[in-house]
Amino acid sequence: MSSISRFLTSRWGPIITGIVVGVLAPVLVKLGNPGNMGVCVVCFNRDIAGALGLHRAGVVQYIRPEIIGFVLGALIAALLFREFKPRTGSAPLVRFLLGMFATFGALVFLGCPWRAYLRLAGGDWNAIFGILGLIAGIGLGIAFLRSGYSLGRSRPAPKAVGWVMPAIMVTLLVLLIVAPQFGRDAGGNPIGPIFFSTTGPGSQHAPLLIALVVGVFIGFLAQRSRFCTVGAVRDAILLRDSRLLYGVLALLVAAFVTNVILGQFHPGFEKQPIAHTDGWWNFGGMVLAGLAFTLAGGCPGRQLFLAGEGDADSGLFVIGMIVGAGFAHSYSTASSAAGPGVFGPFAVIVGMIVCVVLGFTMRESKG
Amino acid sequence: MNEIKTVDTRGLSCPQPAMLTRQAIQKLDNGTLEVLVDSGTARENVSRLAKNAGWAVTMEEQPEGSCRIVLKK
Repeated sequence: MSSISRFLTSRWGPIITGIVVGVLAPVLVKLGNPGNMGVCVVCFNRDIAGALGLHRAGVVQYIRPEIIGFVLGALIAALLFREFKPRTGSAPLVRFLLGMFATFGALVFLGCPWRAYLRLAGGDWNAIFGILGLIAGIGLGIAFLRSGYSLGRSRPAPKAVGWVMPAIMVTLLVLLIVAPQFGRDAGGNPIGPIFFSTTGPGSQHAPLLIALVVGVFIGFLAQRSRFCTVGAVRDAILLRDSRLLYGVLALLVAAFVTNVILGQFHPGFEKQPIAHTDGWWNFGGMVLAGLAFTLAGGCPGRQLFLAGEGDADSGLFVIGMIVGAGFAHSYSTASSAAGPGVFGPFAVIVGMIVCVVLGFTMRESKG
Repeated sequence: MNEIKTVDTRGLSCPQPAMLTRQAIQKLDNGTLEVLVDSGTARENVSRLAKNAGWAVTMEEQPEGSCRIVLKK
């Protein structure tokens, strides 16, 4: 077991994780997940927000087992390798806000960094603008880090604090399986509390157990290998360390090859699944997302894995993402296949202002 | 006897532990540096960075799961 761990913490760890994600994500699409969305942390949190009734966009409501699996897989790895360390206190409220704004940005592009790479590997050239925006946002975040930006230190916390996010995930799993209903309105529509899409992307999903097992497997590997789709770019630029970058490149290659084999590679800009062709806002949305993820210390997947390790601040970032997704669809800031939402550009501009203010003002308090 | 410089990265998010270590070793050029870390990720990142920069790395476990990394060049 410890030799597996040593291998995963070596430079091969992110590469293995990237290959596993790159192969399994297109397989999940084959098994029912939406196009180029084998794994998308932001989209899946958005679907969870919808399932919980935090927004009423009827086509994007489902409790995604992959998200549950990510946290629980990381929890299992952290417990096995004695890295489960409950901690909190590093500007939790700011992290909540960063989770919200990262989601606003990513939902203008229609995907988190994971999906940006998966979209590119599926032939969706619109993703190029998103990835360029992501790199620009990470670059801006690096400039703030170099100038002294910090969210301050977390402190060890009671065990119970670390178990909150895993407990929330188990609760979500129960809600997914039980799917409680209070009844129907006069028009025959379910009134909740849990909503599942009957049409659209939310209705497209791989079988529950397979999606959960894949999520747990990826969560386990990623906790050990420290896989991070934002850290990949950040560390390459800031620290001249390409360990994580090779993981993302492995993901891209593996997903491309798997898509070709499965007949899911369709190159072009037009008619890509759950995507729009507005290059400017594909870029702009991901500048905001890249900046917010960098200011928060990692990509949305990494935040889930850290939450599984007992990091309650990352847990709150995840909650911020789910709440942000609720707002994004209630206030028409999220994009659709037709293009950016009415208030999408506005949300990106507000998010950029908030993140830049945080970048200039957040410094570690002394004493 | 020179006082050993300490970089305390405990509780800080990525990439700050590695970034602060990098700044410290660039400033110090050679000598001895002590880095305090409290996560597996920071431990790996700091030691990888130091080794790549030609520093000798030794680790000492500390109470409550933290670790003292001593870098020498």
